[in-house]
Amino acid sequence: MDRDVKISALNVNFYYGSTLTLKSISLEILRKRVTALIGPSGCGKSTFIRLLNRMNDLVPGARVEGQILLDGFDIYHPRTDVVSLRRRVGMVFQKPNPFPKSIFDNLAYGLTIGGVRDKQFIENKIIDSLKKAALYNEVKDRLHDNALMLSGGQQQRLCIARCLVVEPEVILFDEPAASLDPISTRKIEELILELKDEYTIVIVTHNMQQAARVSDFTAFMYLGELIEYGDTERIFTVPKEKMTEEYLSGKFG
Amino acid sequence: MRRFRETLYRWVFTILAFASLLFLTGIVLTLFWESFPFLASHDFFDTVFGLYWYPTYDPADFGMLPLITASFVVTLGAMVVCIPIGVGTALFLHELASASQRAVLKPLIEILAGIPSIIYGFFGMIIVAPFIQNLLGVPTGLNAFTASLILGIMATPTVASLAEDALSFVPRSFREASLALGANRWQTLTRVVVPAAGSGISTAIILGIGRAVGETMVVLMVAGGAAVIPDSIFDPVRPMTATIAAEMGETVMGSAHYSAIFTIGLILFFITLAINIVAEIISRRFRLKLGLGR
Repeated sequence: MDRDVKISALNVNFYYGSTLTLKSISLEILRKRVTALIGPSGCGKSTFIRLLNRMNDLVPGARVEGQILLDGFDIYHPRTDVVSLRRRVGMVFQKPNPFPKSIFDNLAYGLTIGGVRDKQFIENKIIDSLKKAALYNEVKDRLHDNALMLSGGQQQRLCIARCLVVEPEVILFDEPAASLDPISTRKIEELILELKDEYTIVIVTHNMQQAARVSDFTAFMYLGELIEYGDTERIFTVPKEKMTEEYLSGKFG
Repeated sequence: MRRFRETLYRWVFTILAFASLLFLTGIVLTLFWESFPFLASHDFFDTVFGLYWYPTYDPADFGMLPLITASFVVTLGAMVVCIPIGVGTALFLHELASASQRAVLKPLIEILAGIPSIIYGFFGMIIVAPFIQNLLGVPTGLNAFTASLILGIMATPTVASLAEDALSFVPRSFREASLALGANRWQTLTRVVVPAAGSGISTAIILGIGRAVGETMVVLMVAGGAAVIPDSIFDPVRPMTATIAAEMGETVMGSAHYSAIFTIGLILFFITLAINIVAEIISRRFRLKLGLGR
């Protein structure tokens, strides 16, 4: 079977000011699979995931070298439209970040900024996304309440629903459960497993067990370098690199 | 020994902390005490809505409506100047300014805020008033319009720097969420950042207004000083603060006029108190809205 590549990074270097924080990363992310990036804090996994929807554009003094291809097109090409890129590559952040608006307005935002005016369409889309994010039953009677009234886990699922509304092809999860309790974390993980039928998913986590539970492929990074990348099962059972083995067995990290 | 020193420090700082409360109580009591003779002998309603302020005539008229109107008109005029310039400056600084522009503009605004009001008054009197007089062909440049303009410029740095603070308190995560959904910078600013900072910006405006209402020197020098209800914004006026400053020195201690001036002070005190309370309520709501108060 051909490897069905959605995103491929080719020799990507990332500079923050004059420091090189990502060193020649090359990695292929497969369509409709979950790819986990693991490694100790500061290894560059969050930096890397934020390159995939160009969130690092906001960082002053940031510079990218090499290529990142989405369906074969270079997302750092000068003619790439960042707005449409970010609609194709959605993101869920470490800390739930709903807007201080109603649940409904949070979800409608992605559509209305894109110029959608059809109220019926928006409503259907919102209900659809809430159901996909396993949040509909909890909030269906209070769509017009402020989103900040929800619990942390609900807020994070709302953020996932908000991301689904714009129909992305790829969803980036940047430590989505880092600030959540174990039960909320489990719900997020179950959700990721359901979403992978439809979306290409990349997840950064410093929780190795989480990577083992949800991902098909795992990339282990250390100090800005990609140490090892492969099938999650293989990485966790027979890692090729000594450093990967040491990290997974808890010798450092 | 150590315990004695700890107790001592504790007391010293407690007394220092309560000193401001003492001052506040002292000021309020004095205001009430000195205005009491006037309030006891004059109808409050007639005073506040009285059309004629002739405190030195016999019999004297203590109608304060011209003074209250003057304060109101001048403050309103100042808002028209300071809100667009102040909020505009804040938005520019927050969203568009490059690092080097910020490095120049922010200290400049702080310097503007630090200029003594008499300098503003002086500038208004010598430069702006004659200019307005010539430009518009009005009888005098010392009028409500000029006073509004100068007051507005004076309140602008307050509004600008507080509004900029409000914008920068909006968590970066809101901006990131918006951009990640494919919003452009303009949409992010108008639909996420500004609404989230909304009540903070309102607080900035209200505190700017508070500064304009209480300002004395500028209106004393520039507003023209006529204690008459103005027909147009180009008429000279005498706001409450200017009345107190101008007349306090010429009145006999203990007279009805003396006590009436304290009454003006009392009314002014309650107006600014109300403004501060409103600002406090709004900014508390702001903290809740951003989830900082939980």
